Formats: sequence, structure tokens, C-alpha cells
Amino acid sequence: MNVRSQVSMVFHLDKCIGCHTCSIACKNLWTDRRGTEYMWWNNVETKPGTGFPTKWEDQEKYHGGWEVKNGKLQLKSTSKAQTIFNIYHNPSMPTMDDYYEPWTYDYQHLFNAPEGTDQPTARPISMVTGELIQIEAGPNWDDDLGGSPVYAENDPNLKGLTPDQRAQLVAVERLVFFYFPRICNHCLNPACVASCPSGALYKRGEDGIVLVDQKRCRGWRMCVAACPYKKMFYNWNTGKSEKCILCYPRLETGQAPACFHSCVGRIRYLGVMLYDASKIEEMASLPDEDLVEAQRSLVLDPNDPEVVAAARKSGIHESVIESAQRSPVYQFVKVWKIALPPHIEYRTMPMLFYVPPMSPVMSNVADGTIHHVSDNLFHDIDESRVPLKFLANLFGAGHEEFVRYALRKQKAVRWYRRAVTVGDVEMATAERMLREADCSPEQAEAIYRLTSLCTFDDRFVIPPMHREEAIQMMEDPLEHKQGVGFGFLSGPRRGM
Amino acid sequence: MTSAFPFHNQLCFIVFPYVAVLTFLLGTILRYRKDPFTYSSLSSQFLENRKHFWGLVPFHYGIVAVLVGHIVAFLLPRQILEWDSQPLRLYILEISALIFGLLTVVGLVGAIARRLTVSKVRVVTNGFDWFVLSLLLVQTISGVYVAIFHPWGSAWFAAAISPYLWSLARFNPDLGYVSMMPLGVQLHILMAFVIIFVTPFTRLVHVLVAPNPYLWRRRQVVRWYRSQKEAS
Repeated sequence: MNVRSQVSMVFHLDKCIGCHTCSIACKNLWTDRRGTEYMWWNNVETKPGTGFPTKWEDQEKYHGGWEVKNGKLQLKSTSKAQTIFNIYHNPSMPTMDDYYEPWTYDYQHLFNAPEGTDQPTARPISMVTGELIQIEAGPNWDDDLGGSPVYAENDPNLKGLTPDQRAQLVAVERLVFFYFPRICNHCLNPACVASCPSGALYKRGEDGIVLVDQKRCRGWRMCVAACPYKKMFYNWNTGKSEKCILCYPRLETGQAPACFHSCVGRIRYLGVMLYDASKIEEMASLPDEDLVEAQRSLVLDPNDPEVVAAARKSGIHESVIESAQRSPVYQFVKVWKIALPPHIEYRTMPMLFYVPPMSPVMSNVADGTIHHVSDNLFHDIDESRVPLKFLANLFGAGHEEFVRYALRKQKAVRWYRRAVTVGDVEMATAERMLREADCSPEQAEAIYRLTSLCTFDDRFVIPPMHREEAIQMMEDPLEHKQGVGFGFLSGPRRGM
Repeated sequence: MTSAFPFHNQLCFIVFPYVAVLTFLLGTILRYRKDPFTYSSLSSQFLENRKHFWGLVPFHYGIVAVLVGHIVAFLLPRQILEWDSQPLRLYILEISALIFGLLTVVGLVGAIARRLTVSKVRVVTNGFDWFVLSLLLVQTISGVYVAIFHPWGSAWFAAAISPYLWSLARFNPDLGYVSMMPLGVQLHILMAFVIIFVTPFTRLVHVLVAPNPYLWRRRQVVRWYRSQKEAS
């Protein structure tokens, strides 16, 4: 057992209201520099939808992530030998057109326009070339367009859905969609790190944050293609790749990352999980249907004396072990099993987990009255407005049982709390539901508290980083603004 | 011995090569130590994809093959001459060298056209880029010119140029046949040293950080702050 600690995350999709506050917090802090305007280290997508960059989940196009070939785990986009031939031109690399051309507006024209018969307008200008452009796409271009035939219908996760299920998603006046906020998953088996020819990408040993060493990055761009979540971004100005840094300067000063801190819906949780690093490759090579369980098995119980002893042996600080024992993420992922990894079939072992969203209640209209009740208490989960298959494609490698389990438990908790506080549900019914959903009343209370009543300190259990001597890393992140901000402070000027 | 050659030849083919190589070594090392952030391929593929393929792929495949050819001829002149002793093998070598040379020129012209025509790529093009591109253009065209008009270069390079380069490397400079070479060949040699001379001040340094460790390293990279501290 090789115990390591990982700062892990949970996003509770049932609480996300799609306000994009997280995206803005991140943008203002990290990506308002030249060359980064188009980057959204944090973005919020509407699902079903094509996302950012467009159809990033379509690995036929982008070749991201890993695959098992001849029994061996290999990158889809490249191999060591291929890198020699593809380094001049990366055939799997998305271009700016797959994201969007960033723009601003010619505001000065509103002041300087000569007198005329028409009201002057501020026309869009490219932030790359400075020329007038026709805007063709932008961040969140398909925001809230759940029923759109241009965007929603092209969602790669619709694969395997029956025509009826597809129709259900886009039916006029019965549209249903949910939000899917995304940051770097700080994976256990990161494809970006494995693809970097320069060895510039690395995982921090102590907390598992994946970073780009800006001084070693040579702009070979392999990581951009290799990351299946398309969370590696190429800075066209400096010729270096950049990515979400999980606000490590904030974490090191005990603050939650900006996107977590600013989250209006309080959907985000952060905490340490201990895992067994010696088994990563073995677990990532298993068949699709075993991957969710395999990843859970990597996560170790921080209260198990054996694990604690092994963690101490691996040099994990006592305070970090203690932090892991209080981790909300561990509860969601391992104890309650209601948080699932996104697209585990990419085999990068993402350490950001999602609680799948509940759909609007399915109701039948008969005789002009609406009936919610059915003999099967969980009927609305299998007949959900967002087909289970769709959620399973996102959070279970296409296998519905994991999502079904998470949704049933969430529903049981709701009904249980309804029985407790409102009383219009029989307690006996609620308890039966809890039993069927594999949930004790105590667990239901705990889930309820951490979902609905969670304070700041409940949601963010930030481990002490023990970098007290690393003066540079203790500096105020705002000081890094307009700098490169990755541990050194020279200006991000272009090489010759 | 060297004084038998005219002054401008000594300047161009003895003094300047040393200045160029010294500048190259000092410049690249200092730049790497002082400002490693500036070592990058500065790729613009992200801004334009299709023309990038048709320009940069032929150029790089061509230039890598041609450079390897030059280096092999420099290092193993005897073996090259042996290879050339049969006409068919000589033809094969010469023709493939010419093909790679042409590939380089075609690709380079494509890359220059791309920089001129694609507005987004023009934004990331500065004076240094144009300087480097024009040097490369002159050099690759002169190379193809030499290959066509002064054939059997693989043979006479091994017999005449390689000894000259070795004499420089051994700090016992001997111009040998170089001063009698046709103007095209002399230009090609001189330009080679010009390019070596300017390398530390241009984006050409990306050649030096071509990723060979990747082929040998483990797939995942983990950095420990703890061990770094212990190491320092």
C-alpha cells in the first residue's frame, strides 16, 4: 500500500443553479491575461448540450484519455513513438474555432462617432487580431438551450438512448436540462501528465494538484489533445499550456479555491481523500463496468488504523490524516456512494465527483388532475425526465446502476425529511424507502445536513499544506494578477 | 598554413565559425539559465490548423532528415564514401537528399505564406520571426541549389567539407578546399554559421529542447515538495 493524499472535490448538481459565478471568479483571478481570454478553467455547461470546447466529449474527434489496447493502458491521442512524428503538427489538437474567438466591443466609437442620423453602435472586435469580427460562438453559447436541435441534440451523451428517450428530452414545452460545472479533475492517472514530452506537467505529491511547470513547458501541445475533459488550454501568446491550478496559492493559505468560495448554490465540497497509489494503473485498466467501483476501491478509509499507519509511513502529516477523516468528499464518494466520477471510461481517475441531479417530478395527468403517486415509490427515477441512460453515460460509463443508486438514495432522504418536518408522508413509507435505498435514518440525517445545512467549514475541509517555508507560494494571489502566477513572478512576455 | 588563404576567407570560414559556435553555446546556456520561460516552440497551430499541417509537417520532416544527413556525413565521412562507391547507392542517397531538401523549401514557403495571409497568425509574428524565416529560406534554397548544380554532394562533402569541419573542431583550422568551393557552396557554409550564431537570440532554441527524455521517463510525473526541500 502506497498511501497518498489528494485534495478531492464534489459538485452537488442538484443544487447548481447555473449562475456562472464560479466561472467569473476564476476568470477575474487567473485568465484575464493576453492569450488566456478564451480559456475558462471553470465553466458551466448546460446538459444536454455540446459544451466547451464544442463536443469535447466526442473522443472520436479529440482522442482524449486512455484506452486499453492489447491489455495495456495507453493514451488514445499519442504514444511515445508517435510523439516524434506528431510533435510538429498535432493531429488531435483542437483549435481556437473549437472554443471561440474572444472579443470585446469598440466602445470608443460610442463617444467618437461623428454626428449622423443613426445611433452609433459598439461593434465587436477580436481580442486576438483587434479587427472587427462576426461573433460565431462564445462561452456558454448553448447556455439554457436544452431543447435546441443545434446544440442539445448533438450531445455525445445521447449515445444509446432510444428515440423515445431522446424525444422526451427535447419535447416542446417539456424541456428539461441541468447544469454541469467543470474544472480540472486533478486526476489520479492524468493523461495530460503522461503525454507531456517535456515533463513539464506534474502532480504535486503532497496534495495531488496537477500543475504545468511554465518554465519547462515547450508548447508541444500534446496535453491539450490528451486531456479528455479538454481542461488543458494553450496560451497562444506565451506559447505555453495552462490549466486550473485549484487556486493552490489560496489553498496554501487555508482559503477555498475561488470557484468554490464564490459558489452561490453552495454546491461545492472540498476535502482530502487518502488513496492507494500503487494500484492506480491496475484499476484504470479494468473493463468499463468495473471502473466506478475500482476507483472507489482506490480510496482508503482514513479511520482504518491500518490505513492510518500506512499513511504515517508514507510521510503524510498527522494533520492531513485528521483532515481526511473529516472530509465531506469521503462521505459523498465512499460512505454514501452518491457522488460519481464524470466519464470514468476515459480512465484518468478524475478526483472531482458529481452528485447526479434529480429531475423534475414526473407526473401523469389523468382526468384533469395530476397524480404523483405510484405503487413503485421510485418510479420517477426510472421514468425520469432526464433519462437514466443519459446520466449513466455521463457518470457511470453507460451503466445505469450507479446513477440509479445515487438518485434513489437522494429521493429517500427527501421523503424521509418530508416525513419528519412536513408530515404528509407516512414515516413507515419513508423508512421503507430508506431501506430500499440502502440508507439508515442516521445516514439520511447526515446526507440532509451536509446537503442542505452545510456551513462554509462543513463544505471546505482544507488540509494544512505545510509549506510554511515556501514564501513565494504564500503570497497573495492578487499579487499574481497579470503575472503568470504559477510560482514565479516574471511577466508573461512572449519568447523571441 | 592558414595564412596562405585570403583574409576574407579566413574571416568567414575560420574566425566567424568560432565566434558563432561560442555565441551559440554561451547564449543558449545563459538564456536557459536566466529565462527558461522563453524556451518554447511558440506553436501557432492553435490559431490555424490546416495550412499549419501543409507547411510545418513537410518543413520539419525535410529539415530533420537533411540535418541528420549533414551530421552523419560530418561524423562518418569514410562510411559515406564507402556507401557511395556503387553508383546506384550514390543515386539513391543523392535523390532522397534532394527530395527532403525540396520538401523543406516547399514547407518553408508554405509556412511563410501562412504567416503572411492568416491574420490571427500574423498577430503572433514579430520581426525576429521574419528574420529567422528569411535566413532559413536563403539557406534551404541555397542547399537545394547546391544539390542540383553541384551534384554528388554526399561524396564531396565527406571528402572536402568534413575534414574542414573536423579541423575546426580540433582547433587546428585548415580551410583546405573550402576556399576553392563554388560561391553557392561557400554561401551555404557561411549561412549555416550565421544561423548557429543567431540561434540563442531567436525561437530556434526550441530545437535544443526537443523532448528526448520523454522516450525514457515514466509516464506519470509526481513532484514532492518534501524531497525538493531535502535536495536543496
